Amino acid sequence: MQKEVFLVNFANQFDDTDPSEITLQTVYKDLDEWSSLLSLSIIAMCDEEYGVKVTGDDIKNTTTVDDFYTLVLNRK
Amino acid sequence: MHNPFTLGGKTILVTGASSGIGRAIAIESSKMGANVIITGRNEERLKKTYYLLKGRGHGLIVADLSLKEDIERLHKELPVIDGLVNCAGLTKVAPFSFATRDSFEEVMNVNFFAPTELTRLMVKTKKIRKGASIVFISSVSGVYCSAVASAIYSSSKGAVNGLVKGVALDLAPKGIRVNSVNPGMIDTDIFIKSAITDEQLKTDMLRYPLGRYGKPEEVAYAVIYLLSDAATWITGSNLLIDGGYTLL
Repeated sequence: MQKEVFLVNFANQFDDTDPSEITLQTVYKDLDEWSSLLSLSIIAMCDEEYGVKVTGDDIKNTTTVDDFYTLVLNRK
Repeated sequence: MHNPFTLGGKTILVTGASSGIGRAIAIESSKMGANVIITGRNEERLKKTYYLLKGRGHGLIVADLSLKEDIERLHKELPVIDGLVNCAGLTKVAPFSFATRDSFEEVMNVNFFAPTELTRLMVKTKKIRKGASIVFISSVSGVYCSAVASAIYSSSKGAVNGLVKGVALDLAPKGIRVNSVNPGMIDTDIFIKSAITDEQLKTDMLRYPLGRYGKPEEVAYAVIYLLSDAATWITGSNLLIDGGYTLL
């Protein structure tokens, strides 16, 4: 599971945010575009791309994209 | 005492009785005098429901309605019944671009094809008595409204509502009534450890004019009405139970 690919997959869920604005250090829930639908899209992406089940609480309990990546990596 | 809502002397099958709405329907029906036959996938949880039933003469059959062979075995083991409550169901939350055909098939299989096939077999072999009542547990979702990332679930419940209309017409000559109840969000464990957080559920709850989610028993009472002789002129209808949710 490559960090760079994960970041691309993560950023791909956004429609109005330029991918260059999203880095591993980004506090992703602070992005203007963040919404409950995006949260569900990221959960679905983790399932589809990595076969990892993530809950709404996991999203709630992580801050940066890197935190979230680590969580997914540990579940794989 | 005069009580047109009694289920005394009626044998009622409840699917999905191991938890949530199905469990409440089974328990409340038994309190109204029915002989209840419960079915569900999980034997342990199904037994828990069984021990909560009031009175005697109830039955329990473990079956996984996502499996064709279990539907057929269940049908074979059942006696002639006076009421069928198709409650077994599941949900899958996925934004539309992730709503794959496999996801649709998984949900449609349990929410739509399983109750359809069980009902068909029961009718064909005359295991549903003339004058019986069939109730499908549908939803507000897919019929009156939907929710974010709910296309799969909404589609399955929309299909159930269409089915109810068609089957009601076909079974009318037999005096068998077919209806649905359409609940809004009910307090069950359907969203535990899911993509939806407790906070999101609490915010959602505020959108209900009556200020809360429904209780499983509140769906059960509506089902009991449709099963009882108080509803003998009601067929093909959809009873909305949503705390006012769809008014807004």
